[in-house]
Amino acid sequence: MTDATANGRRLPNRLDNPFKSAVLSWESLLVLVALGIFIANSFASPYFLNAWSLSDLTFNFTEKGLIALAMALVIISGEIDLSVASIIALASTLMGLALQYGADTPTLVAVGVGVGILCGAFNGFLVTGLKLPSIVVTIGTMSLFRGIAFIILGDQSFKGYPASFSWFGQGYVFWVISFEVVLFLVAAVIFYVLLHRTNFGRRVFAIGNNATAARFSGVRVDRIKFVLFCLTGLMSGIAAILLTARLGSTRPSIAEGFELDVVTMVVLGGVSILGGAGSIIGVVLAALIIGLVTFGLGLLNVPGIVMTIFTGTLLIVVIALPILFRMIRERRA
Amino acid sequence: MNRLLKSRELWLALAILAVIVLVTLRFPRFSQPGNLLTIFNDTSILMMLALGQMAVILTRSIDLSMASNLALTGMLVAMTNAAFPFIPIPLLIAGCVVVGAALGAFNGILVWKLDIPPIVVTLGTLTIFRGLVFVVSGGAWVNAAQMSTDFIQLQRGSFLGLPILSWFAIVVAALVYVLMTRTPWGRAFYAIGVNPTASVYTGINVGRTKFLAFVLSGAISGLCGYLWISRYVIASVEVAGGYELTIVAACVIGGVSIAGGIGTVGGALLGALFLGVVNNALPVIGVSPFWQMAISGAAILLAVVLNARGERSKGRIILKKAEVAA
Repeated sequence: MTDATANGRRLPNRLDNPFKSAVLSWESLLVLVALGIFIANSFASPYFLNAWSLSDLTFNFTEKGLIALAMALVIISGEIDLSVASIIALASTLMGLALQYGADTPTLVAVGVGVGILCGAFNGFLVTGLKLPSIVVTIGTMSLFRGIAFIILGDQSFKGYPASFSWFGQGYVFWVISFEVVLFLVAAVIFYVLLHRTNFGRRVFAIGNNATAARFSGVRVDRIKFVLFCLTGLMSGIAAILLTARLGSTRPSIAEGFELDVVTMVVLGGVSILGGAGSIIGVVLAALIIGLVTFGLGLLNVPGIVMTIFTGTLLIVVIALPILFRMIRERRA
Repeated sequence: MNRLLKSRELWLALAILAVIVLVTLRFPRFSQPGNLLTIFNDTSILMMLALGQMAVILTRSIDLSMASNLALTGMLVAMTNAAFPFIPIPLLIAGCVVVGAALGAFNGILVWKLDIPPIVVTLGTLTIFRGLVFVVSGGAWVNAAQMSTDFIQLQRGSFLGLPILSWFAIVVAALVYVLMTRTPWGRAFYAIGVNPTASVYTGINVGRTKFLAFVLSGAISGLCGYLWISRYVIASVEVAGGYELTIVAACVIGGVSIAGGIGTVGGALLGALFLGVVNNALPVIGVSPFWQMAISGAAILLAVVLNARGERSKGRIILKKAEVAA
């Protein structure tokens, strides 16, 4: 990363910034962190190195990871979606409602996916159609979507999902390879191609770096942002199907706090919260790291609330370390 | 007069009044002074927190860690009180403000010295502070029986007909008002929100100003830590869980622009009051409390749609005011 200096202030030179190399070094750092945690886990608990343990581990991050893939694109484009967990709650609740009216598995899936896309489209309309800041819009829809779930369900819950539906969250494709992890990997490949190998992906980066310049270059900024919000909604709908199938019940408080975990994954994955930079490989690695940390600590009987200290510290340290190193290097130079 | 009509605070006040009038039509007792004072008292903590959040948002930052800060200082003060009941309460309150300010300073240092985006920093400290509540308490609760009588009763005392808790909100609001409108520090919050580059050229240290905003929001969170715990007489890990977004919501409804530089003390107070009035009105008119979340979500969306109009001109008005003052 080369920086130009003007008037004594450091100005990052975006054009000269080959984000690929920057991202590569970030990813290697993440690989090292993941390996370190993996080895530490193996030493810390005798139950860790076991095919079924490792398979269980994946359930810790697949649902959040699926949303993180789409969230990465939204954040790269310079927006954010804090309503994803509430979309899960609403989609899950409406699936439960459909179940009460005797919906079969394909219908349930259609409801989940459909509600997700509609919620995302609603966010996208407010952000691009009415030109509102996405952070405020999605804080609002976060309350609104989950609020509707609370209105429908109150303190009740929906149960009794059919076995063919539960398979999405509990089924295994082959030996210890669960359906969830296969879906996550397939989605990761699709999002990798979409972001790094298509015009669409290049436009997302262009918007994140300079939306005005992108607009002048003929990029339909609003349409792309709208599609990105729909994509996040879609992935939240899919996550709702998996989570509902895995838990076997729906409560309005389902997936509470997921939004911050997802954002943590994306930022840990090297996506700039300011937009314009990031990679899918980084996000996948970050999802794996968070899964490893929470699962490893779980094996050591560390309560969930204490794990959050580790993930929170991890987030700040991983972001702060490169900045600290750069500052030290500059001081020497 | 024209400016008054355009003022967001006026419209928000009218909206609150409309809610009160509508509810009163059905239930006359709702608007009795006693009940309105109760609503004010119930909303006091949210009002103070919204003011702290406003200072941070003005500087183009956001503090998502306020509720966790509140829970951590609240747990610390409750445990201190349970262990050493003889420590006078004013000293404990001062301790809360200092601890809260220190936690806020931690956020502020990371934003100032390392230039990490505030949303990332406070997302991290949100979980760290909350986790620390569990670590210091071991997951145990501090309940009413363990707290001293003074600890619980202080804010319930009354002065000039108002509960002490309400006075806390009034004093904090007055202090923040003076800070925002009468000191260079407060004007710097607005300046770096409106135009950080121009602020640098006018000699404002942007990083340090953001740091001070975080210290302020931290100090207020710490103070509210004591007030929350002594009000609900229970200190646990879950205290004020998810409240960070309610605080942001109060600011947004109050017309504080998330893009920075725009917002008034009156607006933030009214934003908090609006949520307080709605939450108090729902059970009165027989609406299930489960509607509360959806209604506040709709209120946020409506507020942000309305605020988006004329946000630009509002920014210029603030600058004109400053020019006239100078």
